[in-house]
Amino acid sequence: MDDIEPAATEEDAAPRAAAGERVVIAAFTASMAAALALAVVYWRGGQAQLEGVLLAISLGGIGVGMVVWAKRFLPSGEITEERGRMASTDDEVASFTHAFEQGEQAIQRRALLLKLLGGAVGALGVAALFPIRSLGPRPGRGLFDTGFRNGTRLMTVDGRSVRPEDLSVGGVVTVWPEGHVGEPDSPTLLVRVDRPELFRRPTRTQWTVEGIVAYSKLCTHTGCPVGLYQSRERLLLCPCHQSTFDVVEGAKPIFGPATRPLPQLPLGLNQAGELVSTGDYREPIGPGFWNRRR
Amino acid sequence: MNQPRPATRSRRLARWVDDRLGTAYLATKALRKVFPDHWSFMLGELSLYSFVILVVTGVYLTFFFDPSQAESTYRGSYEAMRGVEMTAAYRSALELSFDVRAGLVMRQIHHWAALLFVATMAVHMARVFFTGAFRRPREINWMVGVTLLILAVFNGFAGYSLLDDQLSGTGLRIGYSIALSVPLVGTWLVSLLFGGEFPGPDIIERLYVIHILLVPAVIAALIGVHMAILLRQKHTQFAGPGRAEGNVVGERVWPTYAAKGLGLFFLTTAVLAALGGLAQINPIWIYGPFDPAEVSAASQPDWYMGWLDGAMRLIPPWEVRAFGYEVPNPFFPGAVLPGVTFALLYLWPFLEARFTGDRSEHHLLDRPRDRPVRTAMGVATIAFYGVLFLAGGGDVLSTTFGVSVNAVFQAFRVLLFVLPAASAWVAYRLCRDLAQRDPAPADDGSVAMTALAGVAEDGRDQDDRAGHDGPEAQGQAVGKHH
Ligand code: HEM
Ligand code: FES
Repeated sequence: MDDIEPAATEEDAAPRAAAGERVVIAAFTASMAAALALAVVYWRGGQAQLEGVLLAISLGGIGVGMVVWAKRFLPSGEITEERGRMASTDDEVASFTHAFEQGEQAIQRRALLLKLLGGAVGALGVAALFPIRSLGPRPGRGLFDTGFRNGTRLMTVDGRSVRPEDLSVGGVVTVWPEGHVGEPDSPTLLVRVDRPELFRRPTRTQWTVEGIVAYSKLCTHTGCPVGLYQSRERLLLCPCHQSTFDVVEGAKPIFGPATRPLPQLPLGLNQAGELVSTGDYREPIGPGFWNRRR
Repeated sequence: MNQPRPATRSRRLARWVDDRLGTAYLATKALRKVFPDHWSFMLGELSLYSFVILVVTGVYLTFFFDPSQAESTYRGSYEAMRGVEMTAAYRSALELSFDVRAGLVMRQIHHWAALLFVATMAVHMARVFFTGAFRRPREINWMVGVTLLILAVFNGFAGYSLLDDQLSGTGLRIGYSIALSVPLVGTWLVSLLFGGEFPGPDIIERLYVIHILLVPAVIAALIGVHMAILLRQKHTQFAGPGRAEGNVVGERVWPTYAAKGLGLFFLTTAVLAALGGLAQINPIWIYGPFDPAEVSAASQPDWYMGWLDGAMRLIPPWEVRAFGYEVPNPFFPGAVLPGVTFALLYLWPFLEARFTGDRSEHHLLDRPRDRPVRTAMGVATIAFYGVLFLAGGGDVLSTTFGVSVNAVFQAFRVLLFVLPAASAWVAYRLCRDLAQRDPAPADDGSVAMTALAGVAEDGRDQDDRAGHDGPEAQGQAVGKHH
């Protein structure tokens, strides 16, 4: 059965072997040198590129050496082995069954006992599921509400209120409700459009102030911040999946996977001439969920 | 090399172990295993090596990484971020990149190894598919493999979501929204996973446990199962002289195959080390800390998430609304598509057996050209997911080539159906032509007869029960047991 043959035939064996040995020697030596150099580089403060290269050489040296060694000097040749079959014979199955069913006393209500065992394990399993509840709070109104109320001042990220004249035509700024600056569920975009007369339904013009309209910044697709404003076309673009919203038409999606407009925030001015909300969003902002409209 | 070996220390140690465990018998069996050789059988091996490298580099990272969302300030050596407020997770990832010696190399090797892990697994799977190696009796190992692929993809996502940079936060937010979109339980699901509304206080710590413990443990166990089944069933082989359904023709594990395998492991690691040193990957210091109100344009996930990202972009703006409830759009590309994809993958061996009516055992591999229908379906599948993958970079393509985003995505929507159909047709024709020009080498009948006869005579798999194939090995085994 042993049909393993030596790697090379007699006459060319010697020079080839010598060449092969030289390759292996070189590879292992290079590996050793690189490993030492690696230690030195590390010791002297480290340098990512060098570390990578030296590590590669020291590992690669071992790899090359081993592969060449295996190919040149280790026996090669094919062996044929019988595969045998997968399935057991009937006899084996029978003897397994016999072994498995050993030792049970005659019980009258075996089926009942088995059912009860199943029931007990099942009940334990169900009870074991309950602690999962500890992982998080009951989903509450948080998905429906943000911090905007009637008269809440709109604040920029550095905590300043906004007056209409702070916004140049075609400009955008991200704001939060006062006291909630930076909170992830209420970033809102103020956009000043160049031609307010273009506003049409479903934009509610009574919620705009001097050509400034406020929409939730969270995309109605999967909630990415809709950060890019193309002032010429008056479009808001979501960088995540390219949903595009028409600012003068109620931020209705005109391209991409988003199905719903960005909710509009009712805007007003307070006595100091600062922009405020006149209420919260009328619908949940951001991505949809099963009972969003409840 | 040729001197008779003295009773060295290592031999004495081996003897000591053997006296207590009787290992020589099993070890002999393992060394004498026969493996058929073909370059494509290496792919799974590469996957295994990548996993080993992931574990080694990953353990190093755990010594320095701090999976916490607590507020923290960076004070390390990277100027641009010094004094910036950020989470401890992002801070420690920055420190790993700039202040921990060898940290950056380890981080980058870890990430490159993750890409290679999933890539080699996917290609390995394609090899198994196109050669029909999933057919009976190997359906179980096919399903173990599909599970490994899912776990690997998931763990990769979990891994790069830990760092809390802008890119990972964006990925998590999309994941959050997909979970939220699940009918009935979505809101509960996200609350329990994230510990509250996005971004939630707990997600990074939880992902960390999942990433470094749970999933790797399951992967390691499944790799064990995968290998055990492989040993039990023995490797498949291509048809050829002397090769038959009833035999295995190949090299013994010891010493040549093992040495080559180990060498390959070192070479794989070497390539990953070179990449980790020279090829920058996931430069989180450029992305900045996660800010839920900002997103950088053209954020792209790791390659193995690309198909999902593309599907999220290509789907038309549809959703289901009825009785005051709704099933939001992300549910379809984000949950239904992967669900169907992996369900079909799991079921494929059984579906094919049903369609072809072929339920018999196979140990000889098909040449893809000899199974034109299967090959065409595989090619169509690759084309389908390939288009989704490219669509994931649709915005980048649009800016690179100066075409409108709109046009790019309309084109992709058409391609998504046309390209699979067209490539399936081409593949089918190609297979037919190739097969005609070069008929399949049949199962080597002569060997098959003797091999099957051998099995029939003693009704058993000699090798696996007695453990050996050579007469002298048989003797040893007997000696051991009686
Ligand atoms: C199933 C295999 C695994 C995959 C696919 C995987 C993938 C990833 C990826 C893609 C990253 C992001 C890397 C970056 O850009 O910095 C990562 C991070 C990380 N991984 Fe893994 N990983 C795996 C297993 C492990 C294991 C076994 C450990 C530890 C025992 C580990 C520990 C870590 C740590 C601590 C980080 C965050 C630190 C950092 O990257 O700065 N990983 N992983
Ligand atoms: S999150 Fe805006 S398009 Fe997907």
